[in-house]
Amino acid sequence: MATPTGTETASVIEGGFKQPVQLDEHIIEIVSDSGEGAQKCGQTFGSISGKMGNGVWTVEIIPAEIQPPARSPAGASGIRIRLGCRYMTNMGDEADLAVAFNEQVLYSRIANGAYKEGTIVLLENKWATDPQEEIREAYATAVGEFRNNGLIVHELPMEEECLKLTSNPRKGKNMFALGMLAQIYARDVDKCLAEIAQTFSRKGDKVIQANQDLFNAGCAFAAEQIEYHFRVPPYTTDMSKPTIITSGNQAVGLGVMAAGMELVSMYPITPATSASHYVAEVFQNVGGFIHQAEDEIAAISFAIGASYAGKTACTITSGPGVALKTEMIGLAVMAEIPLVIVDVQRGGPATGLPTKVEQADLLSAIYGAPGDAPKVVIAAATIEECLHFVILARKLAEAFRTPVILLTDANLATGVQPYPRPQIKEEWFTAPVDRSAWDEHVPPYDWDPETGLSPRPIPGQRNGEYVLTGLSHTRRSKVAYDSDTNQVTHKMRSRKLAALLKTLKPPKVHGDDEGDLLVVGWGSTMGAIEEAIDHLREDGKRVSYLHLRFLSPLEPGLKEIFSRFKKVMTVEINYSDDLKDPLIDEESRRYAQLAILLRAKTLVDVDCWSVVYGHPLQPGMIYKVISDRLKKQNN
Amino acid sequence: MFGLKADWSLEVFERYFTLGNYAGGEARWCPGCGDLGVLNTVHRVMRDAQMLPEKSVVVSGIGCSSRLPHYVGTYGLHGLHGRALPLANGVKSRRPDLDVWVGTGDGDCFSIGAGHWIHAVRYNMDMVVLIFDNGIYGLTKKQTSPTTPIGASTNTHPTGAFLPPLNPLTITLGITNVSFVAQVPDWNPPLLYETIKAAHQHKGTGFVRILQRCPVFSPDFCKPYQENPEQMLLLTHENGIPMDPGVKRLFPEHQEHDPQNWVEAMELARDQVKLPVGLLYYDPDAAVYNDQSAQGLDTTNEEKLTALNAALDRFAI
Repeated sequence: MATPTGTETASVIEGGFKQPVQLDEHIIEIVSDSGEGAQKCGQTFGSISGKMGNGVWTVEIIPAEIQPPARSPAGASGIRIRLGCRYMTNMGDEADLAVAFNEQVLYSRIANGAYKEGTIVLLENKWATDPQEEIREAYATAVGEFRNNGLIVHELPMEEECLKLTSNPRKGKNMFALGMLAQIYARDVDKCLAEIAQTFSRKGDKVIQANQDLFNAGCAFAAEQIEYHFRVPPYTTDMSKPTIITSGNQAVGLGVMAAGMELVSMYPITPATSASHYVAEVFQNVGGFIHQAEDEIAAISFAIGASYAGKTACTITSGPGVALKTEMIGLAVMAEIPLVIVDVQRGGPATGLPTKVEQADLLSAIYGAPGDAPKVVIAAATIEECLHFVILARKLAEAFRTPVILLTDANLATGVQPYPRPQIKEEWFTAPVDRSAWDEHVPPYDWDPETGLSPRPIPGQRNGEYVLTGLSHTRRSKVAYDSDTNQVTHKMRSRKLAALLKTLKPPKVHGDDEGDLLVVGWGSTMGAIEEAIDHLREDGKRVSYLHLRFLSPLEPGLKEIFSRFKKVMTVEINYSDDLKDPLIDEESRRYAQLAILLRAKTLVDVDCWSVVYGHPLQPGMIYKVISDRLKKQNN
Repeated sequence: MFGLKADWSLEVFERYFTLGNYAGGEARWCPGCGDLGVLNTVHRVMRDAQMLPEKSVVVSGIGCSSRLPHYVGTYGLHGLHGRALPLANGVKSRRPDLDVWVGTGDGDCFSIGAGHWIHAVRYNMDMVVLIFDNGIYGLTKKQTSPTTPIGASTNTHPTGAFLPPLNPLTITLGITNVSFVAQVPDWNPPLLYETIKAAHQHKGTGFVRILQRCPVFSPDFCKPYQENPEQMLLLTHENGIPMDPGVKRLFPEHQEHDPQNWVEAMELARDQVKLPVGLLYYDPDAAVYNDQSAQGLDTTNEEKLTALNAALDRFAI
C-alpha cells in the first residue's frame, strides 16, 4: 500500500517538507462531530479531484443519529476520499492524512483500523485551552496517546482562524479545511471556487461568498503554516472523453430517468432515500413523478398499480423495506407485472446498522417470498453500473414480464466516483403505452410453452379486458384451483428464468483461467477484491477472481469454471460462521449467502470468508485472508 | 347530415354498451348476499354513463367484496389483502384517462388496510371507493371485524366482541382533504344507484360505505335497520343524493342536511341512535392528487433527452 515518504517530521508549523511529494495515491479523511459539514467538505474535495483527472473513491462515515453527543467517539461523522493516479474502485486501507475537528472522534476511527503509523493528523487545537478542565485533560491525553501510537499529530488553530471571518465557525470550518486540503494537494483554485458556488447555489450569493472567503483563508493559512505538499497526478490521459462524477444513489436516479421510467414510488429509508432525493430534484424535467407513499407496502402497491396500467414503475428501498414489500413482490411475480425494485442494502437484521454496508439481502431477494416466486435479481458492482443496471432492470422487467430486484448497497450509495458519461439514447426509454386494440383471441397470459413468455394487455386496449389476480389462474386469467393449472403455471413462470439464462454468457475470470484458488464475489466488493487479487498475483500467487452480476438466474458455466481451480471461495459482507469458533464444525457451520447458492447450484465444495464489520471490505484485509487460505491450502 | 334537419337532436352511438358489456364471470356470492345488489348497480351506473369497458378498471383487495372485479367485464385488478387503495391510486397516477373503481370490505379497508384508507382519502384521487361493510370477515368464516357490533358472537370472540365498533364515517370525515362521504344500505336499489352514481360523477375519491347484508355470518348486522327503518335518518338536500318521493317514503325519518356543512356531517356521523343515510359530506374543491401525479405525461422524447443531458452536465467533469 502506498505510504507517503518523509512524514517523520514532527511539526508542520516548524517545517514539514518544502518540496512536493509525488504519490500514486493518497487516502484522506475528514472527521468531526455530526453537523460540522465534514461530508460536504470531502464530497467537494473528491469532486474537484475527479474534475482534475484523478481516480477518486469517496465513502461517508455516518453516525446513525442526526445529532449524537458532541465530542464522542460514537458520534464520529465524516468522509474518506481516496484519490490516485489510476481508476479507484474502493476505499483502500489505512488513511494517510486526517483532518479532525476534535480528538474524541479519532478514537472510533482508530478502533476501526482506519489509521496506521505515520498517518498525518491535522487536529483542531482549541480544546487545549477549553474552559472545562476535563476537556483540556481529555485532549492532552488523547494527543499523547495518538503520538505514542505513531500518528503524526499537528495541532492547528482552525477555529481561531475561522473566527476572524465568521461568528459561527461550526458552520464554516469545513470550507476552511477544504482550503487547507486544496493547498496541500495543489487543487485548482478556480475549480474549487466554482464547486463551492455550485454546492451552495440554493442558499444565495451571500452564503456562497462567505464560504469562498473561508476556503481562501484555509488556503492562505496552509500556504503559510503547513509545509506538506502532495502531488497525485491525474490518470485520465484523454480529458476530452466525457466523464461524470456521481454517487451510486445519484447514478440510480439517473438510471431511472435514462430508462424512461416515469414513476418512482418510495418511502423514506436509509441508505436508499438520497436516490429519491435526487430523482425528486430533477424528475419533473423529464415529465416524471415521485410518489412518497404512506408506507413501504403502499409504495410498491402504487408502483404495481402504475405498472399494471402500462407505465413500468420503480420503487427504491433498503432491506427492511423489501421485507415489507415481499407479499407484493409475490403478486408481481404471480400476475407477471413488470416492476423495478432497487434494494440499497444496509446492515441487518431488523434495524441493524442503518447507515452501514452489508450484502445480506441476497437470499431474501431471491427466495424471500411465500410460495415459489421466481424473479430476476441482479447486483451492481460499481457506481457506473448503478446507472446502467436500472436501465437493464427495466428492460428485463418488460421483456420477461417480471419484477426485477437490483441490489446495490450503502457503499455504492454514498461512494462517489468518476465514470464515462452515458450517451443516452431514445431506445433506452420505455415504449409508449400501447393503445391499439388487442386481438381478442389472444389470452392475457399467452404463455409460450418454450420460454414461458407472453405479451400483456394494457388497460385501454379494447378487447384485452382481463382481471389480474394473485390467485392461481388460467391463460385467460380466470381463477383456477385445479392441480394441473397450478403445476403448469408454476412451470411457465419458472421457465422465464431459464429463458433469460440462455441469453447470458459465462462470466469472465479476472486473472488466469485456472489456478490454486478462485475467489468469487458479487456487488460492491468487486474493486477491493480485484485490488487484493492483483496484489497477490504480483506476489506470484495462482489466484483469480470471478464477479457475478446475475444472481437469479445465476450466470451460466460456473461449474466448468470452478473445475479449473483447486479451491473456490466467496468473499462477502454478510455473516458466516468461523470454523475456529466453539461448536462450529462442518455440520453446524453456516455459510455466507453467495456460498450457499453456489454450493447448491454447482455441488462444488465452495468455501467462504465474510464479515459484518459495517464497513466496506478493504484490499489489505482481503489480501491477508487469501494469503492465509493459500498457505493453509498448500500445506 | 343526410336529410336530417340540423336542429334535430340525434345522438349516434358508434359503440353502445348494454349491461351485458359490463358483465363479467358469474357471481359466486351466497344467495341473499348484499354484494349481488351492489354488483348490479355498478353495472347499471357504468352502462348509463356509457363508460368504455376497456377504459374502466375495477380494483380490489381480498375478501368477499373483493371478488367484484371478476364479475365486471372491464379491466380488473384483484390485489392483496388491504392493498386495494394504493394499487388503485397507482393505476390512476399516470393514467388519468382510466375510470377507476375500488371494491373493498370492512376487514380489508378498516383493518389490514387502515393506513391506506386514511392516506387514500387524503390523496383524493378521482375514483369510486365502495366499502362493502357487513361487520364480519366472511371469506375466512366469521371473525370479528372492526365494525362488528359489541357483543356479537364470532369465531374469534365466541362470547361476544369486546370492543365498541369502529365508526368509519367519523374517521373518514376527520381526514384532511376528504371530499365525498356517503352511506347507503344495499337493500334500497334506487338509493344505492343514485349514491354510487353521484360518487362516480364526483371528481375526487367518492367514498361510499354500503351497509351490506351477510345472511350467513352476520345476519344481525343489518337486520335492526331493515326491520326498523326509523333507526335510519335519510339526509335530504338539493345538493345531496337525488331521490324520488317513493324512496323517501321508505324512510320515516328525514333531515335536511347541506353536505358542505362539515360540522353537521360530523354530528350526524357520530349519532349512535340514528344511522345517517345519504350524502354526509361533499367538497368539490378538495385537491385531487392525480392532477399532480399525471403531470408531464406529454413530455416528448426530445424534451427528455434535453433534460437528461442537462442533468448529466451537472455531474460533468
